Amino acid sequence: MDLAELLEIAEKERRRKKPLEIHCCVAASCVSSNSQSVKDKLSEILANQNMSDRVEVVGVGCMGLCSKGPLLRNSQTGEYYCHVTLDNVAEVFNDIKGEKSRIEKILPDDPFYKKQMFVVLENSGKVDPESIESYIANGGYLTLYQVLHEMSPQEVIDEITKSGLRGRGGAGYPTGLKWSLVAKSSAEKKFVVCNADEGDPGAFMDRSVLESDPHKIIEGMIIAAYAVGAQQGYIYIRGEYPLAISRLQTAIRQAKKYGLLGSQIFEANFDFKIDLRIGAGAFVCGEETALMQSIEGKRGTPYPRPPYPAEYGLWGYPTLINNVETFANVVPIIRNGSEWFSKIGTENSKGTKVFALAGKIKRTGLIEVPMGTTLREIVEEIGGGTPDGKKIKAVQTGGPSGGCIPASKLDTPVDYESLIELGSMMGSGGMIVMDEDTNMVEVAKFFMEFSKDESCGKCIPCRAGTYEIHNLLSKILEGKATPFDFEKLKLLCQMVKETSLCGLGQSAPNPVLSTIMNFEEEYLSLIKEDI
Amino acid sequence: METTVKAKEKTTNQTDNRLKFLNAALKKNLYQQDALIEILHTAQELFGYLSKETLEYITKELKLPPSKVYGVATFYNFFSLKPKGEHTCIVCMGTACYVKGAAELLSEMEKFLNIKAGETTKDGKISIATARCIGTCGSAPAIIFDNQVAAFQTKETVIKKLKEWL
Repeated sequence: MDLAELLEIAEKERRRKKPLEIHCCVAASCVSSNSQSVKDKLSEILANQNMSDRVEVVGVGCMGLCSKGPLLRNSQTGEYYCHVTLDNVAEVFNDIKGEKSRIEKILPDDPFYKKQMFVVLENSGKVDPESIESYIANGGYLTLYQVLHEMSPQEVIDEITKSGLRGRGGAGYPTGLKWSLVAKSSAEKKFVVCNADEGDPGAFMDRSVLESDPHKIIEGMIIAAYAVGAQQGYIYIRGEYPLAISRLQTAIRQAKKYGLLGSQIFEANFDFKIDLRIGAGAFVCGEETALMQSIEGKRGTPYPRPPYPAEYGLWGYPTLINNVETFANVVPIIRNGSEWFSKIGTENSKGTKVFALAGKIKRTGLIEVPMGTTLREIVEEIGGGTPDGKKIKAVQTGGPSGGCIPASKLDTPVDYESLIELGSMMGSGGMIVMDEDTNMVEVAKFFMEFSKDESCGKCIPCRAGTYEIHNLLSKILEGKATPFDFEKLKLLCQMVKETSLCGLGQSAPNPVLSTIMNFEEEYLSLIKEDI
Repeated sequence: METTVKAKEKTTNQTDNRLKFLNAALKKNLYQQDALIEILHTAQELFGYLSKETLEYITKELKLPPSKVYGVATFYNFFSLKPKGEHTCIVCMGTACYVKGAAELLSEMEKFLNIKAGETTKDGKISIATARCIGTCGSAPAIIFDNQVAAFQTKETVIKKLKEWL
């Protein structure tokens, strides 16, 4: 494949397109509400009415507003059709014809979309995730060509460093620094790994990105491999995401067919291939050392760092591990320049962040906002507040490693540092809204039950500590705990946090600590007076 | 190897084709030991669960110590060493589903079928299990009935589905 061929594919695809496209969401959430049959039915109606030459129904990735799904969009007007089912799909057809229609519609400037900014999700809902041609027609793989022919590996790393991009997996380590560490090593083999083991309950950003735009991740990984000098890549993905797995398999096969993976990519002196590794349901495998053990076919138990994977990773070779969303930022940064990227966001947190908005909120779904947007803007303006007008009590971020932010702190801007200050963390981007009916001690127990079950059992603080914390929380909820138990709980949380081997144990007490910090009165009301 | 194949054929009559697929997967992965998890995935997909014989067969083919194969098979939640029911339903217990009442749905199902999560009904018809988070939080609470994700579940829809299966 050379540049002329790439442009030809893009041109051919653009010419093939019909003047009007009806985009139909075929990501997991809408698929679970039957969007695939809606898509087929609409195509059938169009064919019966001899309109197939002008209108095409295209399956696309997530358009964000999952609570209104199955969601369709008119490519000319930009309007969205909500809750489309087999019963009312004919109404969509009426609307296309310009006739009176009773289908529920929302406009592109709906409050849900108004404050959002799409960088990671730029193609999501626009390209057909199962067609490489569709991605190429949208400018895909052009950045890769420029990188391979016009930039040196060092220039790529410099660009990423200057952009200020930080790891989107939760910890926020500067991406450029990680890349340069791996690039520095002179080892004969190096690996690039994409961490798609999105285990936090309530988080589905990576799933959506992979289901909606798999080629963007592949292109980002190839660019990373070129920058650090790796020959082999792995995508480690959760077994719970069958649709994302099948889309990735399709995408890898297509990229191989066009010579975008394999040897001499774009006729440059650079070889790279990607294999999928499918997880088998262990939360701890999202931790990078455990993830590497699992790729090697072993039990996913973490080991102490240093040495970091950048020096000593898969099979002992230097390994670059980044999260899905981090890789998704690579192409836009290289294409638009680091300066463009560094203008988005706050002083220390650049760019945008994708969040999965769920829980007791009117508009649930996938959103992307510039860093520094306040929680209030996200929850009240984009999310529309609680569905039944109840008061918001807290917003949970960071899953079982994060914490609950009380409603009084909703004006906090979302960035890595601000969230840590509140006892929570950015995490991978799950955001669960809880209303006034929620019992915060029960929430803490829910997360501790999770961490207790998912602890791999290797180190004692985590194995025994999470178990004991869970017991103490149960005791408190049963109304049998004394002030002494409460003190013990706080001490134990601190101990587990400071002495556990890996990130799972170190962050497992966060949900308890943050609820104690912000909702201590709820704990105290359940505790017996001294006997 | 041959003896194991024969032994397997005796235990169940339809094994031959599935064993062929398992062998193909082993071959595709070049009998590399680090492909163990891939092989276990394939075996479970083919046989529905990992029997002692299946594990022994994989152990021999990959030339791994049995302790390691057993260790990996029991570490990951996906692998089951017991056969599952004809139908499975997996209740998502992620945070969003939890906040929207997944625990009540589960206990309703447990009561209806008189089994606990992780168990199979006596007649082998239905198994219920829980999942950490299946990532369709926008349609919480969600339940997977035989690999089909169903959105916005209620007590009524769940019991209706179970009645269809019984």
